Amino acid sequence: MKKLMKSVILSLALTMSLSTALVGCGSNNETAADSSASGSTQVESSASSSTEAAPSSTAGVSGSATAVGSSALQPLAEKAAQIFMETNKEANIQVQGGGSGTGLKQVSEGGADIGNSDVYAAEKLPEDQAKALVDHKVCVVGFATVVNPKVKVDNLTKQQLIDIFTGKITNWKDAGGDDMKIVIVNRPSSSGTRATFKKYALDGAEEAEGMALTEDQSGTVKKAIADTDGAISYLALSYVDSTVKALKYEGIEPKVENITSGSYPIWAYEHMYTKGEPTGVVKAFLDFMTSDEFKPTITELGYIPNSEMKVSRDN
Amino acid sequence: MKSKTADKLATVVFYIIATGFILLLMLFVGYIIYQGRDRLNLHFITSAPTFMKEGGGIGPQLFNSLYLVFLSMLITVPIGLSAGIYLAEYAKPGRITNMVRFCIEALASLPSIVIGLFGLLVFVTMTGWGYTLFSGALAVAVLNLPVITRISEDAIRNVPQTVKEASLALGATHWQTIYRVILPTALPGLVTGLIMTSGRVFGEAAALLYTAGMSSPNLNFHDLNPFHARSPLNPFRPAETLAVYIWKVNSEGLAPDSRQIADGASSILIISVFLFNIISRFLGRVLNVRFSGSKN
Amino acid sequence: MLKNKNMKSRYYYFKHEYSGKFAVTFFGMFLIILTLCLVVFIATKGLATFFNNHFSPIEFLFSTVWKPDRAPANGGPAIGALIFITGSVLVSMLALLMSTPFSVAVAIFMTEISPKLGKKLLQPAIEVFVGIPSVVYGWVGLSVLVPFIRQNLGGLGFSLLAGSLVLCIMIFPTIASVSADAIRAIPRDYYEASLALGATRWQTIRRVIIPSATPGILTGIVLGLARAFGEALAVQMVLGNTIRIPRSPLDSTINMTSIITMDMGNTAMGTVWNNALWSMALLLLIMSFLFIVLIHRIGNKGGSK
Repeated sequence: MKKLMKSVILSLALTMSLSTALVGCGSNNETAADSSASGSTQVESSASSSTEAAPSSTAGVSGSATAVGSSALQPLAEKAAQIFMETNKEANIQVQGGGSGTGLKQVSEGGADIGNSDVYAAEKLPEDQAKALVDHKVCVVGFATVVNPKVKVDNLTKQQLIDIFTGKITNWKDAGGDDMKIVIVNRPSSSGTRATFKKYALDGAEEAEGMALTEDQSGTVKKAIADTDGAISYLALSYVDSTVKALKYEGIEPKVENITSGSYPIWAYEHMYTKGEPTGVVKAFLDFMTSDEFKPTITELGYIPNSEMKVSRDN
Repeated sequence: MKSKTADKLATVVFYIIATGFILLLMLFVGYIIYQGRDRLNLHFITSAPTFMKEGGGIGPQLFNSLYLVFLSMLITVPIGLSAGIYLAEYAKPGRITNMVRFCIEALASLPSIVIGLFGLLVFVTMTGWGYTLFSGALAVAVLNLPVITRISEDAIRNVPQTVKEASLALGATHWQTIYRVILPTALPGLVTGLIMTSGRVFGEAAALLYTAGMSSPNLNFHDLNPFHARSPLNPFRPAETLAVYIWKVNSEGLAPDSRQIADGASSILIISVFLFNIISRFLGRVLNVRFSGSKN
Repeated sequence: MLKNKNMKSRYYYFKHEYSGKFAVTFFGMFLIILTLCLVVFIATKGLATFFNNHFSPIEFLFSTVWKPDRAPANGGPAIGALIFITGSVLVSMLALLMSTPFSVAVAIFMTEISPKLGKKLLQPAIEVFVGIPSVVYGWVGLSVLVPFIRQNLGGLGFSLLAGSLVLCIMIFPTIASVSADAIRAIPRDYYEASLALGATRWQTIRRVIIPSATPGILTGIVLGLARAFGEALAVQMVLGNTIRIPRSPLDSTINMTSIITMDMGNTAMGTVWNNALWSMALLLLIMSFLFIVLIHRIGNKGGSK
């Protein structure tokens, strides 16, 4: 606690001196330092950014906000910020990667206004910190099981998939294919994609340790799958292309229609967390993300707009 | 007779290894440039990246890299040069000097990822700046400080003792001698070393992933006020450098031509490193002729 | 009168000597402060695993059970880092074994056999190698080396061998240039005396040059080892990152820097998992300090000989 106070004071002093020196860019840092220093109600922190926004309400919203976190959500958030800033010339939205854990931690400590995450906050943060955050589900991402194109299998049942990832089946001939060794390419255990896949495709079955290759980025996973005979992994739908083969799950194709109708279960929400209810520019930006105006861009980038989902989940 | 044969054989082996080394480099560089040959045009170098469509460029990233090199050099050179002067001219052998030297070596051998994490903790989180170009520049400065210090010390030590003694004999103080006589004489060596180090900063990625961030806001290249959020000159904005961009395109690239972009960016990076090398050699030679009057 | 002159000269000295001396001394000391800051910060984070989360350092160093996300019901998190440590050691040692003979040979070539070619061709080549970004090394490794190993040697391609080969090329310039400096520093008399005694060049190199340059060459090797140990992005791209101890060079494995880059962003600061990663960063820091001490030991031995 003492250490925290110390670092807060230090960062406060630094940001203060800095924001006086560099007025143009200090605004959102001040907000950050204020909220963590006072540590009281969360509304206060966003209130200070709304006061900045208030005076020039005629020419769109103004003020600045930072969104940090999930690299899976980053392309969409960046694109959204770009379009948002074109209409709101006075607004400044900064989008940064860093991973879901970083995003959630930053928003919970006031270092960022929005925390982007692939998973629910409770899965990364201690309960008390997660409770202070407000979840905004901005879109849905579907995942497909992908294999090397040489694999002669088109469909896997849930049980087969579980057997493969837990190491019970190690050859494609036991899953209806040719005699070829199965090579699992997994994500690091901290990855949101892996958590989603484990939860919805594998029914939470614990993957076997020490047999899978691990790549932490969609691009590297795709390359590994495309190059390695017998390889199997999972990718967000937007990354699936002709170099890899997407498999049916329980006979259902990983397609947007099947996800929105609820028949294909391997999908997850992308979250944008705020500390307390958003106000000012943060609220305007979050509203824009879920607006009809932005919907075509969501689809174009390979995500699924929330409003098209006919099913919903609570956790 | 036998030792003669062994000698010949050894010479041949050494030649083979040296040739192999050069060939390896040529193959390596050739492969990268060949892969990226389609992208070596002005459009690619100057235009902004696109998200989903083909044909995106690396303009902002290239600019960020150059700006980052500039900023980090602005921080490192005064400190590194001073420390180099101290070590070469003032430091007396003893505990403290040994300590300084130990620290330089320790800093030099630190993994860049550790420095990146340190930067994340101090320049990003503690200062509350978030991922900014300036945080990145500071992290790279830490990474480069020992190198620059060593280069400065070497360059100063290489100044002939006679030059120094002549100045002191004329009644100049030690410090006057340093900045009027020693520094100008050491300048060619300094410049060569500094530019080569810049080339290295250009390619650094691990330390920047956690400090300068992996995104670049929309830059308005007509706005040159460094206090504006969208000005390219604003050091307090997140900035993705070329090396980080290659990492990102490889890993999360959504554009259909992401592979080509990575190849193109890699070859631009390699060519830049080459350019830094050639320029530093050239400048070093020119300065050498100007300041010492000899071709040496 | 005299006093006045004294005053003046004191001012003169202050302006032209002490101010400059003070400034450069300050920056010299600044390096110590910076190093201390680095150590303190990383140590604070890295030691939290042991002091705040109460894990034993023994478990961290010697257990192979890495389950930082295990639920309390199944026994809680386990943070044995032995697999990562072994991976780091194996991959850098193998790289060193492959790189050293060639880089020392190149160093000898450019100093003893053909200094002219060395200066004109090899020195610039080494500098270019140093300047190639590690991301590019990794990318070439991924697109050339991994498929090559898969097709010609078997296995998946992603392997200990691929990682070591990439590192081998990356540490080549370090070892070669430090060794070359060491060889250049040998007094010419040694060389000439040996030749005058009728020894051939090879005999001179083997019996005189290499033995007297050994401390310098060892310094180069340790520096190369330090670089190999800390390299992150290039190795991660080709290593395969399977959490297991490899049984052959063609097996995929993982090292400390890989697990740090993969998990650091995805875990929230302050959690056991994140702290364990910082402990690994601390371990990397301690290793590089050990390497420095080792270099000094080597240097002192060489000096006293």
